[in-house]
Amino acid sequence: MQLFPCPFCGPRDETEFHYGGDAGNARPDGTQVPIDRWANYLYLRSNPKGTAREIWVHMTCGEFFVMDRDTVTHNVLSSATLGGEHVA
Amino acid sequence: MTASRLATGGSAIDRSRPIRFSFDGATVHGFAGDTIASALLAGDIAVVGRSFKYHRPRGIWGAGVEEPNALVDVGGPRATPNTRATTEPARDGLVAKSVNATPNALADRNAFLDRFSRFIPAAFYYKTFMWPDWHMFEPRIRAMAGLGKVDTDWTSPGTSDQINHHCDVLVVGAGPAGLAAARLAAGTGLSVMLVDDQPKPGGSLGHRAGGIDGKPAAVWVEETVAELTAGGHLILPSTTAFGIYDHNLVGLNQRHPDGRPDTLWRVRPRQIVLATGAIERPLPFANNDLPGILSADAALAYLRRHAVLVGRRIVVATNNDSAYEVAGALAEAGAEVTLVDIRREGMPATPAKVRLIKGRALAAANGKLRVEGVTLDDGTRLDADCVLVSGGWTPTIHLFGQARGKLAWSEARAAFLPGDPVDGIAVVGAAAGAVSLSEVFANSAKAVASFGQTKAAMPRSTGPEATGGITAAWPMPGSKGRIWIDYQNDVTVKDVELAARENFVSVEHLKRYTTLGMATDQGKTSNLPGLALMAGITGRTVPEVGTTTYRPPFTPVPLASFSGARAGELMAPVRRLPLESVHRDSGALFQEYGGWLRPAHYGGRDAGADGAIQYEALRARQSVALFDGSTLGKIEVIGPQVAEFVDFIYYNTMSTLKPGRCRYGFMLSENGVVFDDGVLVRLDEHRFIVSCSSSHVAAVHARLEEWRQDRFGRDAVHIHNATAEMATLTVSGPNARKLLQTLDFGLSLDDADLPHMAIGHGTYAGDEVRIARVSFTGDRSYEISIRADRAEPLWAHLRQAGQAFDATVIGLEALMILRAEKGFIVIGKDTDGTTLPHDLGLEGPRAKRQTEFVGRRSLFTEEASRGDRLQLVGLTVPQGEAPLPTGAHGIRRSDGKLHSQGFVTSSYQSPTLGRPVALGLIERGAARHGEAIEIQHLGKVRTATIAAPCAFDPAGERLHA
Repeated sequence: MQLFPCPFCGPRDETEFHYGGDAGNARPDGTQVPIDRWANYLYLRSNPKGTAREIWVHMTCGEFFVMDRDTVTHNVLSSATLGGEHVA
Repeated sequence: MTASRLATGGSAIDRSRPIRFSFDGATVHGFAGDTIASALLAGDIAVVGRSFKYHRPRGIWGAGVEEPNALVDVGGPRATPNTRATTEPARDGLVAKSVNATPNALADRNAFLDRFSRFIPAAFYYKTFMWPDWHMFEPRIRAMAGLGKVDTDWTSPGTSDQINHHCDVLVVGAGPAGLAAARLAAGTGLSVMLVDDQPKPGGSLGHRAGGIDGKPAAVWVEETVAELTAGGHLILPSTTAFGIYDHNLVGLNQRHPDGRPDTLWRVRPRQIVLATGAIERPLPFANNDLPGILSADAALAYLRRHAVLVGRRIVVATNNDSAYEVAGALAEAGAEVTLVDIRREGMPATPAKVRLIKGRALAAANGKLRVEGVTLDDGTRLDADCVLVSGGWTPTIHLFGQARGKLAWSEARAAFLPGDPVDGIAVVGAAAGAVSLSEVFANSAKAVASFGQTKAAMPRSTGPEATGGITAAWPMPGSKGRIWIDYQNDVTVKDVELAARENFVSVEHLKRYTTLGMATDQGKTSNLPGLALMAGITGRTVPEVGTTTYRPPFTPVPLASFSGARAGELMAPVRRLPLESVHRDSGALFQEYGGWLRPAHYGGRDAGADGAIQYEALRARQSVALFDGSTLGKIEVIGPQVAEFVDFIYYNTMSTLKPGRCRYGFMLSENGVVFDDGVLVRLDEHRFIVSCSSSHVAAVHARLEEWRQDRFGRDAVHIHNATAEMATLTVSGPNARKLLQTLDFGLSLDDADLPHMAIGHGTYAGDEVRIARVSFTGDRSYEISIRADRAEPLWAHLRQAGQAFDATVIGLEALMILRAEKGFIVIGKDTDGTTLPHDLGLEGPRAKRQTEFVGRRSLFTEEASRGDRLQLVGLTVPQGEAPLPTGAHGIRRSDGKLHSQGFVTSSYQSPTLGRPVALGLIERGAARHGEAIEIQHLGKVRTATIAAPCAFDPAGERLHA
């Protein structure tokens, strides 16, 4: 059971969190977005081995945040609010 | 004979409390403090079970968790199959049965299998029973092989507690290393938790010689425990640390002497100290699995803890120093002891009264049902009623391995020791390869030094010191006879050789091919000899072969510990209506719908469910129906940018909605698929209420939050899920307004003031109510929302006032008929994971909207524009025919084959129309109204006619009637 640091609530069990996707997967707006670009946004995930920057949501407080962690060692490197105001 | 109870001694037993229990139907006598195994040994019961595959007679091997042979099925309220007799306390009245034996361990009718053993080596099942079909053979093989049996009539006597716990230091193992570490850690001011799988702390100090700080070891143990307890530190005996999980979460299973179900602990320590000791290994010789062959250390434990002398004429075979104390103690206790050491020099002094044969190993054990003697490698035969073996010590580094600790091979110890340290975990004592108490204590002090300055003094060893001399004695390829490596899974030297010949030389392949180490003991005594043998066969070193991966649990943990209270109704708790008990009193029959427990229909015990549902659906159209719609989602969205927000969230333009009005719309996923539908209410300029499907509230709420935080910001919009705060009572039917007019809500119900798709605010008995004119039935409907805790009087009032109008209470099943008559969809039932909004006939926003919304780009892909998409239609069948089966496929015939062109999604008998109604998703359906289509279900084909989804009141006049 991993411990994830919610920037609002502090360390909590991983069962309280949901994965929200790769960080930086910006949404392209409009109907003219090239279809490849839209498909990348919808479906392509980087799934890195090692350091990953991810969006998570702490379901008990409802807040989304950015977390850097290592997918091999499961070490959590840092977490911060979406706007970077708070860091845990 | 041979094993017996001595007249005096036994530190663990209480001779004033005799107990009796049954084993294989026979009565066994013992004392409080006995394990099942020690009592069986005291009664000289040598054969305690039959082996997994060959049904060989097996006796007790060890005195602890490593036990591979002595498994018993314990009956009664705490019934557990495959319980280790060596760790299970003997209790008065306990009923134990040997495993894999019919009728009992001594006279097993499948014992003949052993004579065919040369035909059934490792993996013979896979090679032999391939033709015609493994499943033909499987039931009989399963009946003949295997271990304990699950008692299928057993019911749980209670619920296991689960405890979350935090401490600074968790020490696993209360032997000398663990006690010392706990005491030193406590001296730094940290909070300490000390757990041990034995009923009493002390570990090896319970039966090995030693003196500490000038006192007998037992006294030091008592003082240390008392000191820790007085300091407020938590000591849990009979508690096994079975696993270390991510981020050093430790799982503990605590057994209770009073028979309560076990307790599961989830502990988050800052530091973990593993003082888990070491496990003695067997020696390889032919027939080394005969009953009467025990671990030497176990024999010493039975002698000193339980006053059980395991034999009269004992051969002790060893390759290391630790057996010398055993030989001396047994000789002292009156046994005739011959010590056979494979070494010629470098041994400790031979104990008094012990005959030493040096430079020799055992070649074979002799005997049928129990050991009667041994043959040495020079051919010498010795008579013996008991053979004790010590093949060296395997440090218990399972937990360290689970925590991804790497192991380092020690040639001097002939064992794997903990390698590079893992953050937050220290390994001390015998688990780290320490032998003498001096070494153990120094080791613990070093580990605790990093925790801070300690006020406690390091214990000093003041008694005899153990030595760790050893010469490796691994199983050798080409050995004569049948030499067991894994007792519990019946794996011999020949099986490992077979695996090597067939190129299963990787340790993980070896394990799976031969099942070495895969039994309930997880190879605690067998893994290292097995992989050392593979190393010998393949010309590699032991570390080159490596170990298999260590995984939790260390010992079996009851599933009840893991489930705890999360069973039965609490496995996935349903959500409940505020008026549930009122509905029950009205005869409602409840079912679960999308996580909610809701009335399916009322009454119907006499007429049957279908009759009651048809009755409710018919009456609802005739006068007026009352329905509890409290489960409907009510998520408030508030804020300066809220209009822009709902425009983005919904497929439909919502910002043009006027305050006080409602609009029906879809929410899409980013892939364009319809995710939810519902009515959006605008309360005022900056305040909306999202009504979503009952089963979708949590998911819709999460999506709203995600977009709010990702795209709009926390100051732009605020979201509040008010679903559970409000009850919603629906009044629907031609007489709905007349009924409501008999109650005073303090607002006008005139259609000019409260038209369809508008809301009004009133009060009922002093509480605010919100009345929304929206309809899921197609009839004039009013949804009245009121504080959940004040809903009961209003519901009672509506029912009482309804009597004048012959009002009917309806359940969800009748509502499903009413909405299907109207062609109203249920998301996830009438749509699937490919349904786009224009498939449901809602083309406008896709064609016209200029602003961005969720899923927009996905509506303009090649796939979204295909002409042959499945589209929502109604399906009619002639009057008098049965409703179409839901899920039946519309078919097209070509090339002599049937092709699906969609399927029936909803289908009911309509009591109002007197015929079946159905909805479906059919290829190009929107353009095919009036066309006949063949519908196939389970090989039967019927003909239906494609129609508009709405089968009842297509002009919508009843909304205003």
